[in-house]
Amino acid sequence: MRVDIAKGILEKNDTLAEGNRELFARNGVFVVDLMASPGAGKTSTILATIAALRDRYSIAVIEGDIASRVDAEKIAAQGIPAVQINTGGACHLESDMIRRAVDTLDLSEIDLLIIENVGNLVCPTDFDLGEHAKIMILSVPEGHDKPYKYPGIFQISEAVILNKYDTVSVFDFNEAEFRGVVHDLNPSAPIFAISATKGEGVDAWVEWLVARIEAAKVVQS
Amino acid sequence: MHEMGICDGIVTAALETAAKERAVCINSIDVTIGVLTEIQEEALQFAFTVITKDTIADRSALNVTMLKARSVCGECAAEFEHGRFDAKCPECGSFVCSLLQGRELRIDSIDID
Repeated sequence: MRVDIAKGILEKNDTLAEGNRELFARNGVFVVDLMASPGAGKTSTILATIAALRDRYSIAVIEGDIASRVDAEKIAAQGIPAVQINTGGACHLESDMIRRAVDTLDLSEIDLLIIENVGNLVCPTDFDLGEHAKIMILSVPEGHDKPYKYPGIFQISEAVILNKYDTVSVFDFNEAEFRGVVHDLNPSAPIFAISATKGEGVDAWVEWLVARIEAAKVVQS
Repeated sequence: MHEMGICDGIVTAALETAAKERAVCINSIDVTIGVLTEIQEEALQFAFTVITKDTIADRSALNVTMLKARSVCGECAAEFEHGRFDAKCPECGSFVCSLLQGRELRIDSIDID
């Protein structure tokens, strides 16, 4: 006997993500999900973003890693609330993990929640977490050809950060080609060339983020 | 690993429906997947054999229909099929296109006894 189901495979995740989204809206929390390969500089970018915005917004961070508390400790050392999720092998975060992490935070005290996804250019793409914006970071040493190989993540990101830009002359990184390919995949996504550890170029990224946070507040109010 | 999470969603939905229908065995599960999800069918089939083990779906077939990517041009309204990467309007050359099809992750139906 054939039985029709006609449901999204990720319906459970999507329903929970919708619940997260409502929770964030109710508490006026803006949520970004940072995605990148391992070592691209997600944590360094978060630290640079915290340094630039901590006087303006109350910030918290959720760190997703397969194992360890290394990243959460780096964030907590800055006096910023940090929750570490250990996925124990899973290659991406899902909305139920975010909900459990969020339940340990006082959302009413938070303006900006930064989620650091597990280092991976494929799997985080399909999983809605209830965030306002997915942002992807590519670092210069990874090469300008990554958008050809992992188009999905470039297509679903609202903005692209090109990190370790201070090394662009050392690596054979064709910036014009990179910008062209990203534009073809996702014409509306701005690209911010930064060096997170040196603070270079961070201003433009932060300015965009602030505009996005303020725009979300107008929609919510 | 990506396919493992997706496959878990498929098998969970199939088992829930089968339980509601008081099925004793799932013969097949039909799913539709868009190419832009970057799901590898081979990896999905492998995950399927692992996840269905010791369930009433352990002898079932996973029938996968892959959908090509389709977009509509925001400038001239032409609809066109494209590859994973080249969502460019073949009529006017614009890149300002909206995706119509290609990111599906859908469980369509199951066949049960």
